[in-house]
Amino acid sequence: MITQRNMILLGIAFVALALVPAVSGLFLVYLVTEIMIFALFALSFNLLLGYGGLISFGHAAYFAIGAYACAVLLTTLGWPFLFGFGAAILLSAVSAAVIGYFCVKLTEIYFSMLTLAFAQLVWAIAFKWVAVTNGDTGFTGVAVPGWMDEPVRFFYFTLIVLAVCAYMLWRIVNSAYGMTLVATRENYNRAEFIGVNVRRIQLVAFVLAGTFAGVAGALFTLFNHAVFVENAWWTQSAEVMIMSILGGVGSFVGPAVGAAILLILDRSLAEITVYWPTVLGIILLAVLFFFPEGLMGVAKKAGRKGK
Amino acid sequence: MSMLTIKNLGMNFSGFKALNGINLEIEEGEKHAVLGPNGAGKTTFFNCLTGQLKPTDGVTHYKGKKITGLTPSRIVNLGIARSFQRINIYPKLSVFENVQVALIADKGMMFNLIRPGAALFRDETAKMLELVNLSAEADETAGLMSYGKQKQLELAIALSSEPDLLLLDEPTAGMSPQETVDSIKLIGDIAAKRKLTLLFTEHDMQVVFSIADRMSVLHHGELIATGSPDEVRNNQEVRRIYLGEHADDAA
Ligand SMILES: Nc1ncnc2c1ncn2[C@@H]1O[C@H](COP(=O)(O)OP(=O)(O)OP(=O)(O)O)[C@@H](O)[C@H]1O
Ligand SMILES: [Mg+2]
Repeated sequence: MITQRNMILLGIAFVALALVPAVSGLFLVYLVTEIMIFALFALSFNLLLGYGGLISFGHAAYFAIGAYACAVLLTTLGWPFLFGFGAAILLSAVSAAVIGYFCVKLTEIYFSMLTLAFAQLVWAIAFKWVAVTNGDTGFTGVAVPGWMDEPVRFFYFTLIVLAVCAYMLWRIVNSAYGMTLVATRENYNRAEFIGVNVRRIQLVAFVLAGTFAGVAGALFTLFNHAVFVENAWWTQSAEVMIMSILGGVGSFVGPAVGAAILLILDRSLAEITVYWPTVLGIILLAVLFFFPEGLMGVAKKAGRKGK
Repeated sequence: MSMLTIKNLGMNFSGFKALNGINLEIEEGEKHAVLGPNGAGKTTFFNCLTGQLKPTDGVTHYKGKKITGLTPSRIVNLGIARSFQRINIYPKLSVFENVQVALIADKGMMFNLIRPGAALFRDETAKMLELVNLSAEADETAGLMSYGKQKQLELAIALSSEPDLLLLDEPTAGMSPQETVDSIKLIGDIAAKRKLTLLFTEHDMQVVFSIADRMSVLHHGELIATGSPDEVRNNQEVRRIYLGEHADDAA
């Protein structure tokens, strides 16, 4: 019941998104495209944080791998779009599988530190492997296929990719696997004693999250026609965590809402004040203290009271 | 061949021998009680058998297969389930989900990304809850139930793994006298119906003598007696160090 209602709300949200280009100017089309990309990134992250209880400090790595791979495959190697896009996602998945294999051997803060260490390694490669990535100048002039090199078309392309990915993630978190993942979060030890190989469950979450982060990264490259080393830097990992917490890790859409809020605040406040990071810090503190379940947590409570 | 063969099992906590040279065979269908005063090593013994702890000495074979050193999940998959002395459930999930996820794991569906989990094994879950008298609590948050009911849930979760060998660590500890009686009858019935082999620890002597057909006594990490309830009851050493302490309350 409740999930059906959520599905309808989600459907309405997508229809509303689809209308954006019809009713607004290019500025908003660009902003909403970027929001959708980061919403997908945040949704992928929440599979780890919200559903798996796994605190990754290095989720930017898979975003960056997807982004760089997409840039290199389409531009340097001149692959056809679908192959390049697909291979970029695949590479994110494989990297997440390799890195995740080591990370899930550890728990809690040690897990987090290892994700961070690997992500910094990815950053170092992006920074140092100048021949391929163009180092700290960034990879610019990405060969984006002509048909999507138009803001409104790219908007709809992103919307469709987001819709498909969000639907897949929705199915995953509600699947038998998703329930098992939540059980491992709720009680690691009890999950082991019902016969669950917890590490393997966590590894699957890591790979899935990395894969969808790779999709977001590849979209980002197509959107910007460029990718920069900053996209692999730890602040990018922190940002996706902030988005998720702002919106609420306890709800499926929370992190996507958080992505929207953070980007909108960023665009509006950064112009008004140079103290934007300070303002953001205060907002985060307020959320953590007063609404630990994030904005969607507040919305849910209000919804329940309203009935 | 015995169902469970324990040879020279030892657990050394940096110098402290919590278990020492345990030898024990459990036959299929046996209801075996492990007795011993607080700190005797009963829980440690269970932990060493189920993979929660890696024993520092000895090997255990289950149905002829060495299980020492295996992970808990592997051991469960072989057919050994357990409950815990200290409640070990998913406190924030519903009672229904607590059991449902155990069934999902047992039926090998835990890596299924497609099938909605909430729709799976609903009938089996309902039956299991009925079995342990938790039908009315199905939608409650597990951790908010009374202690006795959480203990019942603990039992339901363990049974959902469809074990051949079930280890229960003080299944009635903390229960009210009535809950204890009900729970013991239930465990006895289930064990008989499902042809379970039972290994359990318990402080309540009445409980012990009502189910156990064999028993062992642990003392300071050593197994000092094994045999039928009568044999153990009449064992001089046991009388001196264990039953003796309780002789007054029993009388
Ligand atoms: N992880 C551990 N590290 C160090 N010592 C431990 C550990 N676990 C148990 N012990 C010690 O081993 C001894 C046996 O403990 P155990 O919990 O097995 O006893 P028990 O027979 O189950 O007692 P109770 O009847 O109180 O449940 C105790 O002295 C305990 O302090
Ligand atoms: Mg104990």
